[in-house]
Amino acid sequence: MPRELTQNRIQKIWIPSKDDKPAMPRRSAGGGPHLANPPTVIVMVGLPARGKTYMSKKLTRYLNWTGLPTKVFNVGEYRREAVKHYSFDFFKPDNQDAVKIRQQCALAALRDVKSYLTEEGGQIAVFDATNTTRERRDMILSFGSENGFEIFFIESVCDDPEVIASNIMEVKVSCPDYRDCSKAEAIEDFQKRIECYRVSYEPLDPDQYDRNMSFIKVIDVGRRFLVNRIQDHIQSKIVYYLMNIHVQPRTIYLCRHGESEYNLQGRLGGDSCLSSRGRKFAASLSGFVKEQNLKDLRVWTSQLRRSIQTAEALGVPYEQWKALNEIDAGVCEELTYDEVKERYPDEFSLRDQDKFYYRYPTGESYQDLVQRVEPVIMELERQENVLVVCHQAVMRCLLAYFLDKSADEMPYLKCPLHTVLKLTPVAYGCKVESITLNVEAVNTHRDRPELVKRGSGALIRRNSVTPLSSQEPFKKPRIDGVDDVSIPESPALLAHLGTQPLPVALSGQIRLATA
Amino acid sequence: MEDVTMATSPRELTQNPLKKIWMPYKNGLPEKHISQRKVCMTNCPTLIVTVGLPARGKTYISKKLTRYLNWIGVPTKEFNVGQYRRECVKIYKSFEFFRPDNEEGLKIRRQCALAALNDVRQYLGDEGGQVAVFDATNTTRERRGTIMRFAEQNSYKVFFVESVCEDPDQVKLGSPDYIDCNTEEAIEDFMKRIKCYENTYQPLDEVLDRDLSYIKIMDVGRRYLVNRVLDHIQSRIVYYLMNIHITPRSIYLCRHGESDLNVKGRIGGDSGLSVRGKEFARCLGHFIQEQNIRDLKVWTSQMKRTIQTAEALSVPYEQWKALNEIDAGVCEEMMYEEIQEHYPLEFALRDQDKYRYRYPKGESYEDLVQRLEPVIMELERQENVLVICHQAVMRCLLAYFLDKSAEELPYLKCPLHTVLKLTPVAYGCKVESISLNVEAVNTHRDRPEMPGNHGDGHVM
Repeated sequence: MPRELTQNRIQKIWIPSKDDKPAMPRRSAGGGPHLANPPTVIVMVGLPARGKTYMSKKLTRYLNWTGLPTKVFNVGEYRREAVKHYSFDFFKPDNQDAVKIRQQCALAALRDVKSYLTEEGGQIAVFDATNTTRERRDMILSFGSENGFEIFFIESVCDDPEVIASNIMEVKVSCPDYRDCSKAEAIEDFQKRIECYRVSYEPLDPDQYDRNMSFIKVIDVGRRFLVNRIQDHIQSKIVYYLMNIHVQPRTIYLCRHGESEYNLQGRLGGDSCLSSRGRKFAASLSGFVKEQNLKDLRVWTSQLRRSIQTAEALGVPYEQWKALNEIDAGVCEELTYDEVKERYPDEFSLRDQDKFYYRYPTGESYQDLVQRVEPVIMELERQENVLVVCHQAVMRCLLAYFLDKSADEMPYLKCPLHTVLKLTPVAYGCKVESITLNVEAVNTHRDRPELVKRGSGALIRRNSVTPLSSQEPFKKPRIDGVDDVSIPESPALLAHLGTQPLPVALSGQIRLATA
Repeated sequence: MEDVTMATSPRELTQNPLKKIWMPYKNGLPEKHISQRKVCMTNCPTLIVTVGLPARGKTYISKKLTRYLNWIGVPTKEFNVGQYRRECVKIYKSFEFFRPDNEEGLKIRRQCALAALNDVRQYLGDEGGQVAVFDATNTTRERRGTIMRFAEQNSYKVFFVESVCEDPDQVKLGSPDYIDCNTEEAIEDFMKRIKCYENTYQPLDEVLDRDLSYIKIMDVGRRYLVNRVLDHIQSRIVYYLMNIHITPRSIYLCRHGESDLNVKGRIGGDSGLSVRGKEFARCLGHFIQEQNIRDLKVWTSQMKRTIQTAEALSVPYEQWKALNEIDAGVCEEMMYEEIQEHYPLEFALRDQDKYRYRYPKGESYEDLVQRLEPVIMELERQENVLVICHQAVMRCLLAYFLDKSAEELPYLKCPLHTVLKLTPVAYGCKVESISLNVEAVNTHRDRPEMPGNHGDGHVM
């Protein structure tokens, strides 16, 4: 007998139930690709300053945003935890003690990878280290095979001295390793560090040694790619993403349409026109855009009248994306919040219980929005200067991607009317500037209600499309058996050091203000 | 309430009644200023040029890529130089034609290439084409140089697709050249033909061709080399090419079993299966078991009726929101008669251009295709799959596999309780229609007869 179906109240997903109790669905109901695959370990490969950490963090942010629990394990951080004083001598291939420590750090990181993927619900782990020798990679491959993990290598190859120098300036000079050095000293030391690795570097060899491995070689910052043996959907998506990102400086502007008639009435959704204040905002936006004096600005809108009206005021060409339409409130479209509370009191409270997963009856959820908006993100990555004129929920989704916000935070991000967010990529993250255009508007933001039980919400948290922030509360990496190893300190090193080492921080990470 | 007056007031917007798109207008007429987001946002056409020895899958790739691009809305056409040659040299005699020292042969082959390029120019210039696929061996640098000069003169972007394969088991015999030969003869001649090309073959080179945009496909997709992807369309093409494979497999498409709303003659909604629908689900279960399919994946939408159908199979399945039926907006759960009564204009518009017509607050077939693209991409990656979906959705998927145009798509026959089994064969797709012999209502509406239409004229 086929099982009876019951509709989950928050996500509106039909699942089989037995005796009035929902049975666990046989598969994930995320509405997306098959997610119960074996976990994947992405292994970065390359000399220092080749953008491995940049790619690791960016990729992790993207994968988390699409709902695949992903985490970066940066072996350098483990090393910084183990080794309080630093110089490039540590990386000399003949420094036996250091080699031992580095090995232990790698193993400690792998141990945490295993724990993340088998016990903590992780799907993908990014093992961020140089991994430049076959010996090291073979060890990782054994680790993968013992634990049933898929292994995918991402190698970054680049010999352009300008690119290297620029990378060093951007993220290495300010890294904790060099907190007590001048810029020039840092650069010099780092170059020497690179040389230590270069001697033993064995690049991935697609013709012989590594021909059966799954990997992508990123050459010259994305000018060329070599892709070998993609195994599954996740690897295919990763390759597509890496091929679309670039490092050209550019700015992304996010804003909502000007205040609309429905905003004034406190109504959800619909397709109303701009109010007079909204029209004023559009005119101010035009002035603002002109002031920014950008080369080749693309302007994108949704297909709803209020965003198009806003763009019209700019007097420049724009493109309409249906994918940028506001979240579909289903049966609640065009109602005020009071009317919703009155006519659909259950729905009203369910939404407050779990705003990310909550799907309006015959409408959408934030979770659905993320899937819908993903091609926009992909194209944003390809583009340079773009202004996106969209809507509250949509803007929250986009912002969550750029600022690495979790599913939990996303529906409560502040995206007020008549405010432009200017996003500029910087180091490993994104700088945000919030620019209010000084035109009054109603406030459409509803804070997270206080006394809300963080509910059972979605049934299948592990496998559903759940953006998790990549920034987890900081856990100090543990390295066993390191305490009793002493590192011979070079006189030069001692000369540099003075004060106590500062508490370890995640390298290169920039925490910036939310909107 | 004051109007804000500015030096130039923003233009007024009007909503196109068919597609429900807001556009600026002047003097009562819509302006062709803004663009709706299309795949190809530039005015610059793209020339895709295949490269490779005979029997490396160039034509297979060309046709498949053309079909995909057309389906996502990029007007694309392939130009197979071999076709032109077959027109020219009516009867194919032997591989001798391809010998590098055969002056006559060389001359004809060159003329054919030029004739094809001329047609490319016409397609991309006058006929509204966006992408042309120039399918030939193009194995010499000289030939590729000619093509690039041609492209430069016409401001086309060029993207090369090279197929390299060391594995000799890829000989194709489906070619029209070998229709009248017995197999052994054919193979022998073909091998000699390949030899003619091999000596002058100059593959795309990492150094010499470093400024060109291309993808080199090696060993039928085991490995790819991608160089200088310039724009969105090239990026999509690369992604597509990296996801397709040639492993034999079958795709089964069917609709959910008959639903309660089907029985009432109502569209959309989220009802459960009728008694007959449940019967179908049971039969489907038996059918699947009989087929004895290896590693079958089952996909459904997130609507109750497809999930109920899948439940009867007692196998794991995945729910895709992207497979949900077309959103009929304000017309959801109405009967066609009711729509005609309450929204006569909408009813008429839909019959005018069923592909582009968007229900008020709903979707169009055109929207559906965009929504379904990730499903198609994943179908390409997968092997044996059963997709349990809905009428409009199934039409879209079918149109992709059978290369049906936007005009034909909304009228493809996808009756309830019938499974379509699609098996890739040569350059296309074999379709078997299997009716599971459970009665159901007919939800199909033919193209209405209108002046200039060639429909069956049977309006439900």
